[in-house]
Amino acid sequence: MHQMHGAGETGAVQPAIELRGIDKRFGAVHANKEIDLKVDKGTIHGIVGENGAGKSTLMSILYGFYQADAGTIHVDGKLCDIKGSEDAIAVGIGMVHQHFMLVETFSVLENVILGVEGGAVLREGVDKAREELKRLEREYSLNIDPDAKVGDLSVGLQQRVEILKALYRGAEILILDEPTGVLTPQEADHLFRILDTLKEQGKTVVLITHKLREIMAATDNVSVMRQGAMVAHRKTAETSPEELSELMVGRKVLLRLEKDEANPAATVLNVENLCVDNAQGVRKVKNATFNVRAGEIVGIAGVSGNGQSELLEALGGIRSASEGKVELNGQDVTPGKGVDAAELRRRGVAHVPEDRHRMAMVTAFSAKEAAILGYEDDPAYQKGVLLDWNAISAATANMMSEFDVRPDNPDLKAANFSGGNQQKLVLAREIMRDPELLLVGQPTRGVDIGAIEFIHKRIVAMRDAGKAVLLVSVELDEIMSLADRIVVMCDGAIVGEVAASEANERVLGLMMAGVDPNEAKAAEGQA
Amino acid sequence: MDTFQLIILLLDATLRTSTPLILAALAGMFSERSGTINLALEGMMLGGAFSAAAVAFYVGSPWVGLLAAIATTIALSLLHGFACITHKGNQVVSGMAINILMSGLTALVGIALFAQGGKTPALDKGSRFQPITFPGAEAVKDVPVLGPIYSELLSGHNILVYVAFIAVPAAWWVMYRTRFGLRLRAVGENPGAVDTAGIGVVAMRYRAVICSGVLVGMSGAYLSTAQGASFLQDMTAGKGYIALAAMVFGKWRPFPALAACLLFGFLDAAATRLQGVVLPGIGEVPVQLVQALPYILTVILLAGFIGRAIPPKALGRAYVKER
Repeated sequence: MHQMHGAGETGAVQPAIELRGIDKRFGAVHANKEIDLKVDKGTIHGIVGENGAGKSTLMSILYGFYQADAGTIHVDGKLCDIKGSEDAIAVGIGMVHQHFMLVETFSVLENVILGVEGGAVLREGVDKAREELKRLEREYSLNIDPDAKVGDLSVGLQQRVEILKALYRGAEILILDEPTGVLTPQEADHLFRILDTLKEQGKTVVLITHKLREIMAATDNVSVMRQGAMVAHRKTAETSPEELSELMVGRKVLLRLEKDEANPAATVLNVENLCVDNAQGVRKVKNATFNVRAGEIVGIAGVSGNGQSELLEALGGIRSASEGKVELNGQDVTPGKGVDAAELRRRGVAHVPEDRHRMAMVTAFSAKEAAILGYEDDPAYQKGVLLDWNAISAATANMMSEFDVRPDNPDLKAANFSGGNQQKLVLAREIMRDPELLLVGQPTRGVDIGAIEFIHKRIVAMRDAGKAVLLVSVELDEIMSLADRIVVMCDGAIVGEVAASEANERVLGLMMAGVDPNEAKAAEGQA
Repeated sequence: MDTFQLIILLLDATLRTSTPLILAALAGMFSERSGTINLALEGMMLGGAFSAAAVAFYVGSPWVGLLAAIATTIALSLLHGFACITHKGNQVVSGMAINILMSGLTALVGIALFAQGGKTPALDKGSRFQPITFPGAEAVKDVPVLGPIYSELLSGHNILVYVAFIAVPAAWWVMYRTRFGLRLRAVGENPGAVDTAGIGVVAMRYRAVICSGVLVGMSGAYLSTAQGASFLQDMTAGKGYIALAAMVFGKWRPFPALAACLLFGFLDAAATRLQGVVLPGIGEVPVQLVQALPYILTVILLAGFIGRAIPPKALGRAYVKER
């Protein structure tokens, strides 16, 4: 398994990075187990693994964010003692974090020079920095105005500011942590072109991701992590997504979801001109009109933050509608007066919110307490004025066996379950009430591949049982494999709707950027 | 007394009453721009005022008193930093604790040392900051308009008044034109960005609270050795909070904060002036109402007449490296 590539012991070219026996524990969690890794100079090296496999921890150690308990780091063949980010920067390592490390109220220029200002008084360094930025921008075609306020830039541009920051500090090795999570497919393509340019200039790129498609498309070599250990190194050209996913999970997984044609029946949910404002009075959903029929899954696609969350929360009764109406089986259930989350639940709307820890469960509760949240006034759970804990335990045990929640202990604290098992418990709570309509947001965020497979199957089973399902997800793959119809949102408005059978990533990507579906398809035709 | 002279006197008083507010508001700004809420301004001001008066009494020099005040407030700032920055404690609770502690401790030590019911002995001339008369102030006194402005309004204040007004552009320059200021503002917005840029977040925040301590120490010394001639129990009377309000009102920026401090100072000065004045149609203005004006105004202004005040993003949050 530990087949190494790159220059041999006596070869003239040293690997850009070599990690030997890196070990790290956080309390009881063994995040990195004796990791060995070699990254060749001038290559794009992918590191894949499921959430929690230890990829980010490993890279944080390399960047000096944490110290390893054991092991050594060698850069260009030289042993380096990296105690903090400043040491990593000094040996030419730059990092683009998953959550950008930018000051939004600062200009691009100010963000770039932070930490390398070149003098106690700013003016001394700023002019030189401006020249250098212009040169870097031209060289890598980054297209950024150095005086723009970072908070006003799109996510894709903010990411380029991060890259610029690293290059400005003279980075020869660039680490990118899950860089495409917040990008449209087109923005992601642009990013990969930038990475290719970097490679041509002799820079080394380390790409951390859980998306196999990106690994296959962008990298030269790939290393796979599982449960804190490095399990395999491959040349990208000599491996396949199937092999990588098997290595990631430790068993064979079905990458493609198998499902039959949908048999949509009567309209269950009908949304007309729905508008939703946030607490600051900003309109987040603008005149949304669509419907969901029994026996079909409608997916809402869009880049994170384009109104999908607010739409889902309004339909779940958490937010009020400002305008428009919502009908459930022909009855008016416009969220607002008299129609709240509890009322909607009584009428057969189940809601799996996007943010599991904030909205779907209380992590400090036991599993059985979490399993009745929102349904705690069900007569089946009552004994006089008290809760009937025996009945609740039995019901929770039933949910756990039905949805394969492990460990199946109703008294265990919810926080002690893995993300996938927490999500299965939430889904069990909602689905087993046999609702008419299932609203589900980001069902597999922070969930391991094995559980994803299971969750997807249960959602399809809901559909096949003749229920209506509305799915909101920022994972385009998930939408494309689950949904029968896809509604695309951009900036709060619905851009258009496409049948899943006609959808492909390019068309959806263009629509997510606000391009009209007909134009998107035309553009696709020309491409 | 003609109206012009009245205005000059009112503005003159405004400068004097707003000086401690300006210094404290700038102190608050340095701390809060770096992400540490500084509700302890009130207590620090009180501690500074006491140290200044007590030391000036023993030594006979206002300058040594000033140094003592600054030493005291730096120590209190470090205490606040130790609780909030090092130990990631609740910043509001730590601030309030310092306020309560200093209210009691200054009185206690005052009684133990001087046995005058919490007061410090009255300072003689040499132990206080004296008014500085500008050259030629006497000569131009009778020149119409400009004369009184120069000799009454601008001249004749003690050194700390001038320091406070110079401190505003100085603070602006430090905040917006230096590396220190850039990093300080960054650490209050996104400490992660500072950490990943290879700068220590904790050290940066400590430096900011120390700056805060220096400034608030001066405002404390001003109360007891420049404006007044001794320390009185709880003599700050909420000035620390007013300064904090002025800082928020000024959106955490030096010049708008200065404007807010001048407004509060003006109301304070006007309140003193208006006592016992009979206004046509209204009758005698109730003293309590006038004295309450600055506070009422604070509430009204903060309640939303100032547009949205957007605080530093990381304000009130200790920096914890995410996993």
